[in-house]
Amino acid sequence: MESRSSAIVPGARLRGFGGVMLFAALAACARTEESSVAVVTSTGAAGVSVTGTVSVVGSSTIAPVLGELGRLFEAGHPGTRINVETGGSTRGIVEARSGRADIGMVSRALTVNEQDLAAYLVARDGVALILHSGLEVQSLKREQVIDIYTGRIDRWVGVGGPDAPISVIHKAEGRSTLEVFLDHFGLKPTDVRPSVVVGDNQQCIKSVASIPGAIGYVSIGAAEFAVADGVGIRLLPLDGICATTANVRAKRYALTRELNLVTDATVSPVTRAFIDFVLSSDATETIRDLYFVPIGD
Amino acid sequence: MLLAVIGRSAAVTVAGLVILIAGFLLLHAQPALREIGFVRFFADASWNPSPGPEGRFDIVPALVGSALATALAALIAVPIGITAALGSTFFVHRAVARLVDSGVGVLAGLPSVVIGLWGLTALVPWIARIRAPGASLLAAALVLAVMVVPTIYVASRGAFKSIPKTCLDGATALGMTRIGILRAAVLPTVKPALAVGAVLAITRALGETMAVVMVAGNVAAIPRSLFDPVRTLTANIALELPYATGLHRSALFAGGAGLMALTWSLVVLGRCISRAWSGEHND
Repeated sequence: MESRSSAIVPGARLRGFGGVMLFAALAACARTEESSVAVVTSTGAAGVSVTGTVSVVGSSTIAPVLGELGRLFEAGHPGTRINVETGGSTRGIVEARSGRADIGMVSRALTVNEQDLAAYLVARDGVALILHSGLEVQSLKREQVIDIYTGRIDRWVGVGGPDAPISVIHKAEGRSTLEVFLDHFGLKPTDVRPSVVVGDNQQCIKSVASIPGAIGYVSIGAAEFAVADGVGIRLLPLDGICATTANVRAKRYALTRELNLVTDATVSPVTRAFIDFVLSSDATETIRDLYFVPIGD
Repeated sequence: MLLAVIGRSAAVTVAGLVILIAGFLLLHAQPALREIGFVRFFADASWNPSPGPEGRFDIVPALVGSALATALAALIAVPIGITAALGSTFFVHRAVARLVDSGVGVLAGLPSVVIGLWGLTALVPWIARIRAPGASLLAAALVLAVMVVPTIYVASRGAFKSIPKTCLDGATALGMTRIGILRAAVLPTVKPALAVGAVLAITRALGETMAVVMVAGNVAAIPRSLFDPVRTLTANIALELPYATGLHRSALFAGGAGLMALTWSLVVLGRCISRAWSGEHND
């Protein structure tokens, strides 16, 4: 599961390759005949002519969105290449700051220490509590979730469910869903008493579906997709509000997070053009297709 | 002559690769060993590798988890693998033996992620019915056992088949029973090869990651029963490395170096056992 996450999103890279070849050819031309560059270099939809590579690193939640948007951008701007690589929000911050990446993907709000970076809010995502589908529990209150995750309640009967043990599924250190979850419920990492620790959203969904009496938390988008796919999990309303992308969009659902792009002070023209594209109305359809909530809505 | 040159350079390359990997691990583990210190890896209260002063780097639960899961898997897989090879070689029809051989071949070729998926969707719910959450030391050991049985079977089968037929015929002519032949002629001859097979399997179990991450539960605490979750050294790295920075990242590399040292000592141990047993046989 994890080995997959560090790979470069393949489509973006492959299609970008042609662009790089073209770029190299253009660069070769430029040496002999300056004017030909201006003629051959195509102009994008916005009328800006840009070429070059943009490296994007960070949150595995945002990566699929930017991979897809990168492909669209490359199609509209020959001579550009968007490389998307995952590695977590923290790495997104670190590499955007050090200049190793042009854009960092950060699936949370920036902290006070991170205000040196320029942030662009791309979309919102909700974190949903999910239950094993056979479990007869209708809703949980904030205090009940805290009691379950800190081990004060370890059987479902304690929150009005069946007399069965609770299996608390928790994320491994460094995941942004974990940070959002802990932050929302006011918990410290050491407070949590997990039964099982998992890596990414998919592993969490599979584990909750496999273990009777399991509770976990994942991106609402990923959970809705799994439910539509017939996976044996159920999204749990929080404080009476259903966990749906619609409720995230309406800002009714509380357990949400920002999906941000960050850059340092120096932004190349091609990076600027790509960010503009991601924030434009051309991108909202793609963002919605991947179960996230575009900001324009 | 040419072959000798190629062979020699290949041998040097392999040795160089091992040294290169070890050096790389140690290089990246250096900051953690310097700033956290060797002692804290064993003395800290827990594994909470968050950046900053609250970071806790107790590696003992992962060491214990790896050791227990591997030992249990070996305990299950070694007897099964050896007896199955024994049966295929001496007690069943040739056609059946061939069927078993190909079945084991398929099992050996199954990607670990597939075995892990089977473990998560079939084994874990089944264990969870006995005790929640099901993802546990037991599940990890069973999945690992399934993965290493083929290694043990193939190594043992090769050893059993290598015994010359004339030797067996001679023993039969002396009027020995099958069990007698096994005990007096076969087992002493193959013992070193069996040990090598078992060590190979144990090192594989120790290094296995994907399947274990899916079924072991991965809670970094020392398990008190078979039904408690465990986190192995490999799972620790796989779960956290993609998101680790700074000292945390370095600490994971230190864990990797520890794992390499452990594997190394196992290989040496296996060679010692093998040498001792073949010496005993020759005397």
